Amino acid sequence: MFNTASTTPEKILQMLAALLLFAAVMGVILFIAGRFGGKKGDRIVAYLYLLPVMLLLAVGLVYPGLRTIYQSFFDAAGDAFIGLDNYGTIFTDPDQLTVLRNTVFWVVLTPFVATAIGLVYAILVDKSRFESFAKTMIFLPMSISFVAASVIWKFMYEYRPDQGNVKQIGLINQVIVWLGGKPVQLLIESPLNTFLLIIVMIWIQAGFAMTILSAAIKAIPDDIIEAARLDGVNAWSMFRKITLPSVQPTVVVVLTTIGIGTLKVFDIVRTMTGGNFNTSVVANEFYRQTFNADNQGLGAALATLLFLLVIPIVWYNIRSLRQSEAR
Amino acid sequence: MTTATPVTTTPPLVADKLSASKIAKKRLSSPWASLAAIVLAVLWTLPTFGLLVSSFRPERAIKTTGWWTFFSNPTLTLDNYRGVFGEDGGVNLAAFFVNSLIICIPSVLIPLSLAALAAYAFAWMNFPGKNVLFLIVFSLQIVPLQVTLIPLLEIFVNVKLTGTFWTLWLSHSTFALPLAIYLLHNFMKEIPSGLIEAARVDGAGHVSIFFKVMLPLLTPALAAFGIFQFLWVWNDLLVALVFAGGGDEVAPITLQLANLSGTRGTAWQLLSAGAFVSIIVPVTVFLLLQRYFVRGLLAGSVKG
Repeated sequence: MFNTASTTPEKILQMLAALLLFAAVMGVILFIAGRFGGKKGDRIVAYLYLLPVMLLLAVGLVYPGLRTIYQSFFDAAGDAFIGLDNYGTIFTDPDQLTVLRNTVFWVVLTPFVATAIGLVYAILVDKSRFESFAKTMIFLPMSISFVAASVIWKFMYEYRPDQGNVKQIGLINQVIVWLGGKPVQLLIESPLNTFLLIIVMIWIQAGFAMTILSAAIKAIPDDIIEAARLDGVNAWSMFRKITLPSVQPTVVVVLTTIGIGTLKVFDIVRTMTGGNFNTSVVANEFYRQTFNADNQGLGAALATLLFLLVIPIVWYNIRSLRQSEAR
Repeated sequence: MTTATPVTTTPPLVADKLSASKIAKKRLSSPWASLAAIVLAVLWTLPTFGLLVSSFRPERAIKTTGWWTFFSNPTLTLDNYRGVFGEDGGVNLAAFFVNSLIICIPSVLIPLSLAALAAYAFAWMNFPGKNVLFLIVFSLQIVPLQVTLIPLLEIFVNVKLTGTFWTLWLSHSTFALPLAIYLLHNFMKEIPSGLIEAARVDGAGHVSIFFKVMLPLLTPALAAFGIFQFLWVWNDLLVALVFAGGGDEVAPITLQLANLSGTRGTAWQLLSAGAFVSIIVPVTVFLLLQRYFVRGLLAGSVKG
């Protein structure tokens, strides 16, 4: 039951066995909980309900998290204590500085562009006849995996050498050729390639921004809009003086949410370029250092850095979430 | 999390509510707005559409001409899909598709049930240390997965679980708990306390209140989180790569697609069909249950 299942029937059996085992554990907990009553008993029931969760969180999140932070002060093999040297490497090594620079590009560009597109689109299709269909079109990329999205865009960026009868099969290069240019090795040319990878993330996240902002736009009271209309306010000042201030707290939530997701982006970089040609970012570099370069210490430091970078954004996110709920 | 309004369709504007000036304004701004919306929608759909068309074109055609030439010279084939499912091509996507399902089902059910129990305790029971514990669980949402992977892998090696589905079930379940507990707790808090007190007066214990009162009311929240978690696990690459990277026996479809893209990056006949096989499940789930998904999505904004 705890071995590797290799055939489909074996796999299904193992899954059923796991689910049964889990049901049995739950059954025991609920059975014991059912025997207690009264005030004192209530406490025991509460702790019983929390027991499995706390166990899993302690072993699966808290201990590993602390352990990684601890490991970040050790060398590549994880034996010798080297203080802050790994962090020093991240901020001085030229390769690592490129990684940091790319991460800044990602985290600054993705949230703002995706949110701007999402907001404009939400306003454009608001109350139109095809609203629901139009929204689904933009939102669909959100439901597919980053890997599939990367494959889709890799095909867009595909390059064929500029020779006699070789035709381009990637749309972007074909457009360049149609406009009279020469095809470009889009995913190899740096720093262009980083921006092309960022487009993939924007493509995915714009739908998220659009959906959340659309809900906020619909929450603007009708009488405010009506009053502005009667005053003869034009479309642009309507957007600037009414729509934008009303959805501003939501915009901040969307920006920070996309920012957090972007900080941890790994799948896109790994699938499209493998982090080569100067496209690596912190989350991808963590994986590369740990598993390919066998530098556990530096990998741990990169993971810890990721953790440290997330905290202020999350803090800001929660604060604005509170504000937007209070309104 | 009240801002999580599902995607809604507004009823068409009622004609008699429009004043003359409004109609004039509508005429002025509308065509440009519609045009811009259409351009954006086309831009957003084109990449996926191109690969979809390609997945039905013969290998030679994909590799020598752009997919847009399909419309002047249409040739259709299912060979690419046969290629990714067949065992002789070495892709064997069917087995990975099964793996993805086997990984997903327990990884959704286990955290969902555990979190429901814990959320109930946090929402409706009194015990020492409640607020501190809840704060800890809440803050664990921000821990990025990257921080936990290596020590977890060491644990799995020590207990000899590597290369089994257990690594994925346990890690996905654990990672989901903070968000699930937080989400379900918020939902349970909104249930009127009179309902629970009435049941208590009738002599019901916490076990029967949980099953008879809470669970039926909880269905929308469970659905929202369940769909969110399903898509999360189905689309995951990082966790799969770390824990199931070694063997094909437990690897999900995303991992095989990523490997295919890495090792056979120009085999577009396989990549195009493979991508769509991997997309079909999440897209179907999403289209059928869109409103629940959106709810889970917003609530899950800070998940690591």
